[in-house]
Order: sequence, then C-alpha cells, then structure tokens
Amino acid sequence: MSKEVPTNTTTAWAASYEEEPSQASVPPQANGVTALKPLGWAPVNWAKANLFNTPLNTALTVLCLAILWFTVPPMVNWLLLNAVWSGSSEACREAAGACWSIIAVKHRLIFFGTYPYEEQWRPFLACGLFVAMLGISGVRAFWRPALSVAWALVLIAMGVLMWGGILGLTYVANDRWGGLPITLMLSVFAIALAFPLSILLALGRQSSLPAIRTFCIGFIELMRGVPLVSVLFMASVMFPLFLPEGVTVDKLLRALAGLTLFTAAYLAEAVRGGLQAIPKGQYEAADALGLSYWQKTRLIVLPQALRIVIPPIVNQFISCFKDTSLVTIVGLYDLLTAATVATTDPEWRPYFAEVYVFAGMIFWLFCFSMSRYSQWLERLANRYTRR
Amino acid sequence: MSNLIQALNSARVRGWLYQGLFLAGALAVAGYLVSNTLTNLANRGVATGFGFLEREAGFEIGESLMSYAASDTYLRALVVGLLNTLSVSAAAVVLATVLGVAIGVARLSSNWMVGRFAAVFVETVRNVPLLLQLVVWYTIMNRLPSPREALEVVPHVFLSNRGMKFPVLADHPGHGWAFLALLAGIAAAIAIVRYGRRRREATGKPFPTLPAAIAAVVLPPVAVFVATGAPLALDVPALAGFNFEGGGSVTPEFTALLIGLSVYTAGFIAEIVRSGILAVPHGQTEAGLALGLSPVQILRLVILPQALRVIVPPLTSQYLNLTKNSSLAVAIGYPDLVSVTNTSANQTGQVVEAVAMMMAVYLVISLCIAGFMNWYNRRVALVTR
Repeated sequence: MSKEVPTNTTTAWAASYEEEPSQASVPPQANGVTALKPLGWAPVNWAKANLFNTPLNTALTVLCLAILWFTVPPMVNWLLLNAVWSGSSEACREAAGACWSIIAVKHRLIFFGTYPYEEQWRPFLACGLFVAMLGISGVRAFWRPALSVAWALVLIAMGVLMWGGILGLTYVANDRWGGLPITLMLSVFAIALAFPLSILLALGRQSSLPAIRTFCIGFIELMRGVPLVSVLFMASVMFPLFLPEGVTVDKLLRALAGLTLFTAAYLAEAVRGGLQAIPKGQYEAADALGLSYWQKTRLIVLPQALRIVIPPIVNQFISCFKDTSLVTIVGLYDLLTAATVATTDPEWRPYFAEVYVFAGMIFWLFCFSMSRYSQWLERLANRYTRR
Repeated sequence: MSNLIQALNSARVRGWLYQGLFLAGALAVAGYLVSNTLTNLANRGVATGFGFLEREAGFEIGESLMSYAASDTYLRALVVGLLNTLSVSAAAVVLATVLGVAIGVARLSSNWMVGRFAAVFVETVRNVPLLLQLVVWYTIMNRLPSPREALEVVPHVFLSNRGMKFPVLADHPGHGWAFLALLAGIAAAIAIVRYGRRRREATGKPFPTLPAAIAAVVLPPVAVFVATGAPLALDVPALAGFNFEGGGSVTPEFTALLIGLSVYTAGFIAEIVRSGILAVPHGQTEAGLALGLSPVQILRLVILPQALRVIVPPLTSQYLNLTKNSSLAVAIGYPDLVSVTNTSANQTGQVVEAVAMMMAVYLVISLCIAGFMNWYNRRVALVTR
C-alpha cells in the first residue's frame, strides 16, 4: 500500500482537470487530509482515496468491477478449471474449457519446428545456454571484457549443437531448424551485427565529409522509410541476383542480412542521440589535446555516448525480437510459423486459441522481462544525473 | 614531394581523398552488383525495365476501392494495392489515436482500478508481436459462424466468416449536398478560428472560438440535410440465400488488419500520451488555478499546448510505423501494396523493379506523413526568443 501513495500523488493532479470544479479548486484541503494520516482501517482508507474519491471515480470503479465479474470467472474456467491438460482430442471435444493437451502433443513442434525428433535435446540445450547467457549479460557485475569471450564461446557451442557434424553429433542442415532457436538466434545475431554497423552509420551521419554524410543519411532514411517486410523480400529474392553465378546464400543468412541492415538503421539513430547528448566541450577538449579523429571517437566520444544509449539499445532489441516473427513471410520456420503449423492439424484444428495463447505467452515473457530490465537500466543511468 | 606531404597534412585535402576513395569503392561495389544482377537476369531470361506495367495482370484482387478486373494492367493492380494500404492505414490511424488517447488518459486516472486496467492492456499489446496478434484476429474472423448463423452484435450489424455487414444510408442526392455543406462549414470554422485569434491578439478580448467553430461545422450540413427532406432511409443487410444482400460490408481480412493495427498501435500511443501529460509540471496547473481558470480552460490552454509539444514527434513515428506495419497484411491475405507487388513479381519475374517500386512508394508515403507532421510540429513548437 505504501507503494501506491507516490503514484497517487503524482497522478492526482493529472486527473484534477477531470473533476468537478469545486473539488479542483480546493486541493489544499484534500492534501491536508491525506497528510494527516486519517484514522481507520488502512485498506478502507486506501479504497476511499483511490477508488471512491469522486462520484465519477465511484462509477468507474463499479464499471471495472462489473467487467471483471463478467470476464474473469469465464476466463479462469476456460483457462484452468474446465481445461483438459492431457489426453486425446476426443477428451477436448467433450470439455468446456481450454484444450491444453494440444500443447502437450505439439510443444516439441512449436519449440523446435522440423528439427529431427530424437535430436531435439540439442536445440533445447542451445536455447538454454542462450537464455542463461542473456540473463548473465544483464547483471552488472558481469559487465567486463570476459563476457564477450563467454558470448563467443556460447555462440560457437550453439553452432556446434545446432549444426552438429562433429563430436559424434549428426549433421542437421539449417533448413530443418525451426521454432524458438530461430527466433532467438536471428534476433541476437541481428542486433550484435547491427551494433558496430550502427556506430559507423551514426558517426558517418555526423561526419563533416559530405559524401560520407549523404551516404549514411540516405541509407538510414531509406531503411527507416520502408517496412521490414519489403526489406525481407529484398533480402530473400534480390540478394541471390546480386551474387555472381553459382554462389548461393542460405535462406536463413539472407533473412539475417535483411534484419541486420534494418536494425542497424534504427540503432544508428539511437547512437546518434547519444552522440548529440555529449557536450561540445568534450569534443573541443579532445581537439585541444591533439587527439586524432579516431582517438577522439574511441577514447572520448563513444565511451560516454554508448553508456547513454544502452536503454534504447535494449528497447531496439525488444522490437527486433518481435520483428523476427516476420521471417515467417519469407518462408522461415520461426516460433510463430511453428505455432501456425500446429493449428493446421485437422485433428486439433478447433484449438487454435490455446496454441496462440501459448506462443503469445512465450513472446510476452521475453519482451516484458526485457522491457522491465530496460526501465531498470534507465533508472540506473539517471541515478547520478537526476537531481 | 614535399608539396604532396604538405598537402596530405591539410585536413581538407585528406577529407577529399577519403571521400574520393569511399565513392570509388561504393561505385565499384555497386557496379559489381549491377553487372551480376544483369548477368543473372539474362541467364534466367527475365526482361528488365518497367514495360511490364502496361501488360495484363491476369489475377483477381479480393477487394478494391476502384473498379478492377483480372484483364486490367499491372499498373492498375498496383494502384489498387496502394489504395488498399492507404485506406486501412488511414482508418487504423484514426482508431488507434482515439483508443490510445483514451487509454493513456485512463492510465493517469486517479482511480487505481482504471489505471491498472489501462496498464495491463498496454503491457499486453506492446509485448506480443503484431504479426501474432494479426494472425489471432484473422483466425477469429475466419472461425466465426457462416452468414446463416451470423452474430448480430448490434441490431442490423452482422459478424460472420464473410466479414462484417452493417446498415448504410441509402443513396440520396441530399447526402452529396450535405457533404459539400460540411466542407464549407470546415472552411468557415478555420476562418473563424483565425479571426478569433487575430482579434484576441489585437484587442485582448476573448472570442468564443470553440462554440463558434463547432456551430460552423455542424449547422450547415444539418440544415442542408433537413432542407433536402432528411433522407434517413437505411440500406439494411438482409440474409438472402447463403449470404447477405444490401448494406455496407468489410471483408474479414480488412477487419482483422484494422483491429490488429489499431489495438497494437494504441498501446504505444497510450504511453506517448501519458508521458506527454506527465511532462507538464504540476506548477503549470497550479498557476492556471491561481489565475482563476476553470479546469477545462487549464486543460485546453495550459496543459494540452505544452503536452502536445512532447507528444507530436513520437506520435508521428507511430503513425509512420502503423503505415509500414500495414504491410503485414500480406500474411493474412489482405491485398495491400506488398501483397499485390509480390504477386506481380512472382508472375513477371521482375523482382528488382517490383521491390524498387514498392520501396519508393513507401518512402514517398513516409516522407509525406513526416512532412505534414513536421509542419504541424513547427506550429505547436515552443517559440524561444
């Protein structure tokens, strides 16, 4: 309850213009009452202050309660109480609730797509390593050079696990990969490859050399002006035409290239924000010390700029993670494609909602935890600057 | 020799040198790619150039705002796709703005429960990929009952797996005149607002701008409507055989795309509106109260003008995102620009031209929206002296 008080005080004024004039014009009295710690049972006081403080709010609260009353019990019934947790599709047809047995039957397909069934421990292990690495990278105590070495090792291990062909693992071509590993790998590789590119683009955009500046602005604005779908189409149908005869690039790599170029343009704008946030005095001090352009950039500008842009980079990673689902349009087998394929089985066709709720929850878990993390990072970054 | 070294010490000369090298490298790469592409296209026997636009398209398009048949040209097919993209984006922008502003304000409500409702909505829609949401909406649309068992959500509005059917006003010449009167009323309202502002700035006297402008917009069309005999006859959809006849309709694809785009973008707009309103310091409200302004006046004259300054730039990029996201239509079979271009490219093999045109069109749309919003932003921006 104590946590709610600051929220309430910061938002109270925002609603004050919605209230009756008589109440908006006497705020000191209202503030005085809450400040004096009124007598009575705390939850009741809280409800009086936050749910029933004006006639309008009382009406809204009653409306919300009515909505909850009519939606929550049926949802709980469907999701949990009447749900079928295992068994055949016949059992589901008789039940009134959700048919979670489709997940029990199809979860391997949804998670790993068409990867050979007996070998699916390999993508499972790879995803586990990956998620663990993501978690470790979020902890500040591990933010040191060794982390990038660890990432390189984990990525090599993932490649070995996914492809196989050595250490007694059978070879699995990457057109059989699918599901969660594709989603995770595409998003992380895209952001990792886009990051250095975006720094170059952002520096180029600030450059005093007109040819380089024009090229960078043109690239960034072109990529930001067109939809990702069209970039992916370009990557999947035009890249093969660009290459000399006889050279082919795999579908997964082409999609990754498209995603990387697209992400780099957006990331470049975030980095530019960081570059512009550095006081001009820093540039001038570096010049006064006689540093060259690259020394200035490497030693003075980027260390300060990149610290500022960490939260926007995490946000960009979230949207990149969500955008990976678009590769289904160019025929890659990601988590969403796998989920859609699972709903097309005639035996389980009526239970599409369960599959999409499941896939949506996976995406939601990743995105929500990352967005909370980015908010935490932002608070961390502002810790010393806020007064 | 020493002259050369001296020249290389000059930052300007080195700048030109770097740029020359960069341009030479870029041109070499571009030339290499183009020559590869031309060889590959020649090997595949694919023609180049935009001649294909004049040829017969030969495919049907599910829905179109202008008359179109399979015997029309590719150019016409692409225009149909573009119109579909624009129509769904325009409708979704309006819907997303209304929904987003409502939820953003609700999230700031002093009512704890309303705030929680809005927060749950925002966190749910923002953290699930749009494509997944679209697929879900589309699947729901497709699994609706057939027209014979259509759901009647509101009287005379039917939802079925053929889309949504709703009553429309039956054709009458009076509607055209009322529409013209509406346009004239809008023009008059703009003139009134300008006059009111000029007079206030010149004399300091307040002018009832808002009531006058609303009257100018509302009264003329209503007057014309009544004068032409108030033609309120409705064209109501009715079941005939296996499908509905009469009334207006939208396809399941359009409905799914419209709902999906609006709901997803509304989540982002809500956060923008919330942060915009929070960015106005509380002292501004208190100063307004101290001046004796009414709460409505404070909102309209003090808070909104300052909040809009914070809101408009990110709102612009949301509108741009929405328009670009409408390209996901290709995944649920709505014939938008991307989907039509894709079909054309598959049929003619002229992938390069098709993708280049598609990108150019989106770029033009983006630049137009950005240009308009920049113009608007300049108007609301803080004038510093």
